[in-house]
Amino acid sequence: MTPTGYFLEHLWLIPLFPLATASLMLLVGRRLPKSAVSVFCVGSVGMSFAYALGAVAQLLSAGPENRVAQHILFEWLTPGSMLVSGGHLVRFTADWGYLLDPLSSVMVLVVTGVGFLIHIYSIGYMGHEGGYYRFFGYMNLFMFSMLTLVLANNMLLMFVGWEGVGLCSYLLIGFYFLKKSASDAGKKAFIVNRIGDAGFILGVLLIAATFGTIRFTSAGLADAAANSGILQALDVALSAHALAAGAPVLTTIALLLFVGATGKSAQIPLYVWLPDAMEGPTPVSALIHAATMVTAGVYMVVRMNAIYRLAPLAMDVVAVTGVVTAIFAASMALVQNDIKKVLAYSTISQLGYMFLGLGAGAFAAGIFHLMTHAFFKALLFLGAGSVIHAMSGEQDIQKMGGLWGKIPVTARTFFVASLAIAGIPPLAGFFSKDEILGSAFERHPALWIVGFITAGMTAFYMFRLVFLTFFGYSRADDHAQKHIHESPPTMTIPLMILAVLSVVGGWIGWPASLWGSNQFEKFLEPVMSGAGATESAKVVPGSSTTEYFLMLASIAIAVAGIWLAYEFYRTKRFAPRKMTGFYRVLFHKYYVDEIYDALFVNRTKDLGTLLGQIDAKVIDGVGVDGTGWLARFGSTLSMWWDKWVIDGLLNFGAKFTQLLSFPIRFLQTGTFSTYALLILVGLAILLAYYQQHLHVVLRGAR
Amino acid sequence: MLPIGHYLFLGLALFIVGVIGVVTRRNVIVILMSIELILNAVNINLVAFSRLYGDVAGQVFALFIIADAAAEAAVGLGIIIAFFRNRETVLEDEMDLLKW
Repeated sequence: MTPTGYFLEHLWLIPLFPLATASLMLLVGRRLPKSAVSVFCVGSVGMSFAYALGAVAQLLSAGPENRVAQHILFEWLTPGSMLVSGGHLVRFTADWGYLLDPLSSVMVLVVTGVGFLIHIYSIGYMGHEGGYYRFFGYMNLFMFSMLTLVLANNMLLMFVGWEGVGLCSYLLIGFYFLKKSASDAGKKAFIVNRIGDAGFILGVLLIAATFGTIRFTSAGLADAAANSGILQALDVALSAHALAAGAPVLTTIALLLFVGATGKSAQIPLYVWLPDAMEGPTPVSALIHAATMVTAGVYMVVRMNAIYRLAPLAMDVVAVTGVVTAIFAASMALVQNDIKKVLAYSTISQLGYMFLGLGAGAFAAGIFHLMTHAFFKALLFLGAGSVIHAMSGEQDIQKMGGLWGKIPVTARTFFVASLAIAGIPPLAGFFSKDEILGSAFERHPALWIVGFITAGMTAFYMFRLVFLTFFGYSRADDHAQKHIHESPPTMTIPLMILAVLSVVGGWIGWPASLWGSNQFEKFLEPVMSGAGATESAKVVPGSSTTEYFLMLASIAIAVAGIWLAYEFYRTKRFAPRKMTGFYRVLFHKYYVDEIYDALFVNRTKDLGTLLGQIDAKVIDGVGVDGTGWLARFGSTLSMWWDKWVIDGLLNFGAKFTQLLSFPIRFLQTGTFSTYALLILVGLAILLAYYQQHLHVVLRGAR
Repeated sequence: MLPIGHYLFLGLALFIVGVIGVVTRRNVIVILMSIELILNAVNINLVAFSRLYGDVAGQVFALFIIADAAAEAAVGLGIIIAFFRNRETVLEDEMDLLKW
């Protein structure tokens, strides 16, 4: 029996609330007072959260195997026949529909819940900024896009949300668009994401061509047989032996979609936009570039887990990319001095963990880490925002210090989040990270070792941040010192709520080996048990001994990282040697931006310059100027012809006539007495000639 | 009745006076007047021959020529006035544009 209820029937309202207020803000927001903007924009996200809670509650009322609700609002692309690779025609359609199953439940709750808290926080944080309505308009537009992305029931609608969040990301990174670095960062994010999106859309097209449908599943639809989904089509293809595990087409689809995920979720090689994205306001970094948007890639891979399970090669690529990104980004986070940049690299690193989990086959663990990461990373960013707020806009941790007593709520919540991300039990990060590391160990010990070292680095750089920011003596200038103050309640209350979530958020995934039951994995089970789940070997939990050993090892390295940070930055027993060798490489972020500039950006610019020169020289030079020259040459020729040949003939005629008239023309004096005289002379001659006849006439007359 | 020769002689005398006027005078108005003399010489001839032969056609022609002379005088004077406005002269030896 599929679940029903008011909230499930009105799933479409969840994205609609923020869309309505976003349109309101972007159309007439300028005229509204700030209080109205706050009420509308935060209220709409609150409504979405309430509706999401209601919908998930109603979904949970059904049995585990029936927890899926799908509603097609209307057919978006009208059906048409399409030839699929199998050689037969199918009726292809894309609908505007919403799907709520355990996976999208987790996502929709994280997005609306964390989003709601961040919106509340923004009231305080953005209170003194210009463009208040614009900020909230974009934020709500982002919420709409993100909710469309996670609630979409097909790839194409998901792509709408996917592009929508990219657009909002661009708009919000470039929020302070008068700053050159901010507008550049926005452009960079947008362009780098385009590269990934190209892969994504190719993957979608290949899915459409292979399966003849882009709907995820037909489950929950009244007429399931007529509305086949990817899962069902995959089942049919597998049972008909048209496809098998490891089929090249499945690997290609999986890799193309993963290209999209590397763009959106900032993985190697497309991660370069995320650190620059910190130019945006801090709540944006928290919401978009830590908690929600950047996890879209993870969500999408998990959504397509049936295909990934059948593509072992793609799984390996995902796992290796994830773990390499994790350690690569963590190493850069070790030496950054900008509080937000450290967190940005940390985000990339944690996203790498999620992909490591997915690549190792632990899809549920990836989503679990996504959720706990959303809690503690949003908290870290909001805390960083509160610190920046207190320090009058200073972001350099070398100019902070001694803030523990001055901004107690921020400091304590930040500390909790740091413990959570470092993986100290029983905080949220411990359970999710441990689950991922456990699966990685099952997959291949090398993956585990890299992930394990990264965990130590994570603890180190987070506590470096904590010690430099909150402990020791203050290194700020006098002016900033005087202004240090705790943030208003609109900012501290979200911090406290997120701190609680960072502590308890992991408990729903309490592992079985520690006398828990891992409710979270069980909840997600139906999504993971689609087609192909039986084909590939499921991750078998290792023996308890191994698991205990792995857990102890992670705790040990986390504690070691914290201790090392303490020795480096509190007791200064090991003073870091600055600017030598490898440190310099790390500080300059492995020169990746410079390499990309040299390899791609400048080459593209060169191409542009070349094309510009071709335009100037060939098109303008040969084409336009050539045509002009030709026309002028033609007219010169024509003029010459006219002057010498046409006029020449006439002039020749005239000259010739003049020549002929040489002696006679002097008779024509122009004075008519001459003419009269000539007439008289002529008359006299005539009379003389006809003398006799005249005589006859006269005689006759007589 | 006077013989025809008298009339012809008068006509001839008038004609010669007119021709000499046309050829020798510089003032265009005087030339125009001389042309009137020539025309009247012709009229006298026509009327004389008309009476000699008892044919009225000659007199009709004389009337035509009188009308023609009046029209010609009007047009000629108009041309002279227009010319005078442009060139401020009525002397024919200064009217020498119509030449090679």
